[in-house]
Amino acid sequence: MFDIDKWQEIWITIGRNKLRSLLTAFGVFWGILMLTLLLGVSNGLSNGMKSSIQGIATNSCFFFSGTTSEPYAGFKKGRRWDIRLSDIDLIRSQVEGVRDVAPVVFGGRGTDNVMYGDKLGSFNVRGNGPELVRIEEQNMLYGRYINEIDISQKRKVCVIGKNVFSAFFKEGTNPCGLLIRCNGQYYRIVGVTKGVSNNISLGGRSDDMVVLPITTMQQLYNQGDVIHFFGVRAHDHYDIAKLEENIKDILKSRHQISPTDPQAVVSINIGEMFKTFMYLFLGISILTWIVGVGTLLAGAIGVSNIMLVSVRERTKEIGIRRALGAKPSNIISQIMTESLVLTALAGFVGFTLGVGILALIDQIIANAPADSDIFLQQLMIDFKVGISAAAILLFFGLLAGLLPAMRAMQIKPIEALSEE
Amino acid sequence: MRQLPIEGQLPFYLSKSIGGMILLEKLNKTYPGVQPLHVLKDIDLSISQGEYVAIMGASGSGKSTLLNVLGILDDYDTGRYLLDGKLIAGLSEKKAAIYRNKMIGFVFQSFNLISFKNAMENVALPLFYKGVSRKKRNQLALEYLEKVGLRDWWHHYPNELSGGQKQRIAIARALISQPRIILADEPTGALDSRTTDEVIQLLSQVNAEGITTIVVTHERSVAEQTKRIIHLKDGYIESDNINIPSLTACSK
Ligand SMILES: Nc1ncnc2c1ncn2[C@@H]1O[C@H](COP(=O)(O)OP(=O)(O)OP(=O)(O)O)[C@@H](O)[C@H]1O
Ligand SMILES: [Mg+2]
Repeated sequence: MFDIDKWQEIWITIGRNKLRSLLTAFGVFWGILMLTLLLGVSNGLSNGMKSSIQGIATNSCFFFSGTTSEPYAGFKKGRRWDIRLSDIDLIRSQVEGVRDVAPVVFGGRGTDNVMYGDKLGSFNVRGNGPELVRIEEQNMLYGRYINEIDISQKRKVCVIGKNVFSAFFKEGTNPCGLLIRCNGQYYRIVGVTKGVSNNISLGGRSDDMVVLPITTMQQLYNQGDVIHFFGVRAHDHYDIAKLEENIKDILKSRHQISPTDPQAVVSINIGEMFKTFMYLFLGISILTWIVGVGTLLAGAIGVSNIMLVSVRERTKEIGIRRALGAKPSNIISQIMTESLVLTALAGFVGFTLGVGILALIDQIIANAPADSDIFLQQLMIDFKVGISAAAILLFFGLLAGLLPAMRAMQIKPIEALSEE
Repeated sequence: MRQLPIEGQLPFYLSKSIGGMILLEKLNKTYPGVQPLHVLKDIDLSISQGEYVAIMGASGSGKSTLLNVLGILDDYDTGRYLLDGKLIAGLSEKKAAIYRNKMIGFVFQSFNLISFKNAMENVALPLFYKGVSRKKRNQLALEYLEKVGLRDWWHHYPNELSGGQKQRIAIARALISQPRIILADEPTGALDSRTTDEVIQLLSQVNAEGITTIVVTHERSVAEQTKRIIHLKDGYIESDNINIPSLTACSK
């Protein structure tokens, strides 16, 4: 029954007590505004988090050598041990589920340890293999990354991070082929990298780093085949926690470490961390819905309450309508529509304002310098969430109208008419 | 003034036998409560199509209650009520609403216009519940306003009108759905003598068009205009007489 009169009636009744309608609508408006903002911010948090781990393989794990905490096989506890290149080779070739293994050797960082022409700078130096980019993804601004030939020939080449690049070169110059001095030796630059993730990195930001082939590094530092740490990436769908345990067991048995020693092998499981974050965001999102929907419910109860008052005030009017032939269904539909219109309108305004505010915050963030540590990104409500919010809103609108409509229906025309 | 018997309109003592517009048989109504109040007692009444009836009686004698039962605004306990041959008992609210809308027009002492609607919209309201289109409704409302002499007042709201005007608008509203019966509960109770005359004249005119008209009133002068006067006393029908204006005029 989409009679224009019905809508007109609703407008008239809503407009008849403007202040009251406004206050009523405000509850719903506020509820939906809060829901929108909360959802947007929690979305933004999760987007920010996702973008900061972007480029890091989530099903990966990193291993360090620690000190033993249990005596074993004739060794006392408190012993230091080293990961060896042979461990890496074994893990790479023998362990099930391994997709990539990337060994890393740290070099020193000294004051003004890097030099180009007459410019000086202090940067970390590291030895990597070509595999690392498959765990910690890099964008190549110029040239290429360390390759197998660099490794096997122990070439004196390097890949520099973008901050190293900008410390020595003008923007737009291609530094590939140029020689840079690093800890007293000259290396030919073969590439410039920029980390895909700008918040998370392992053993230092790759943007502030000079990367040498790992074999070159080992030779230079005279460390034999000692590895400082390594990353492992599991095949997609392979359980990274299981792989972590397997690799720990192998390392322990190869280095005479007690199988029960909890400290000797240190590992950081990105997959588990990622999972924890995902649960955290799930939790935030659930909380958001609970709080938002709760606020909305409070708003809807407000509408219901006011409508009840309004029905009571209009008892006589409803009685007249009934005497003139209004069916109970006419009255119900009138009250329900009234509540729905009020809720939907307030909700629409609240939602629009909420989205507007989110867009504004987003704009501000987008205009902030790219490197600043902002953990919020893209505070947007996605379409599906918007639709479900609207559905909830309509549902609440109907719910809010239900009780007043029932009350209105129970009004007996005779009693209403005899009311003074 | 026409006098009975009028063609096609049987006097009450005959109409009962052939079934009238309204037929009450041993109708009883008690208001429940701590002290139940037996308001209508064994009412037997028959009113034919087109009759013009006044119901009189002391305050509290049950006039309004009777009218409400007739208007299906209230129900009764025992007995039978036939409206246009249909038994009115245990109707659903929806059915009752449909009957009211189709068959009955109400006129109240306190007018009962809707304050935020203008005269035209008030008159048009019953048609809204009949599903008549807005344009048609308003057009008909203007016609009925014309009939009660208030066409020029169509855009006025109830609080801008006098009591007599309001009651004429209420009558227009009662008539617009072309009911078979008009039920008026003290329609002139709130009016002065001049406007009372206007309103009663209007009701007489309505009745002259063949609509059964039942008026509850305290005023002798109003009852005089009708053709049959029923007296209630403590819930009984005390008397039920044909009103012959010439006779009453003589007896004065
Ligand atoms: N809803 C009700 N509940 C209980 N008692 C009622 C109710 N309505 C009316 N009564 C009682 O029933 C009796 C008849 O009332 P009714 O309104 O029919 O009288 P009336 O003849 O119209 O009187 P008046 O001339 O004053 O309008 C009165 O004693 C009244 O108090
Ligand atoms: Mg009365």
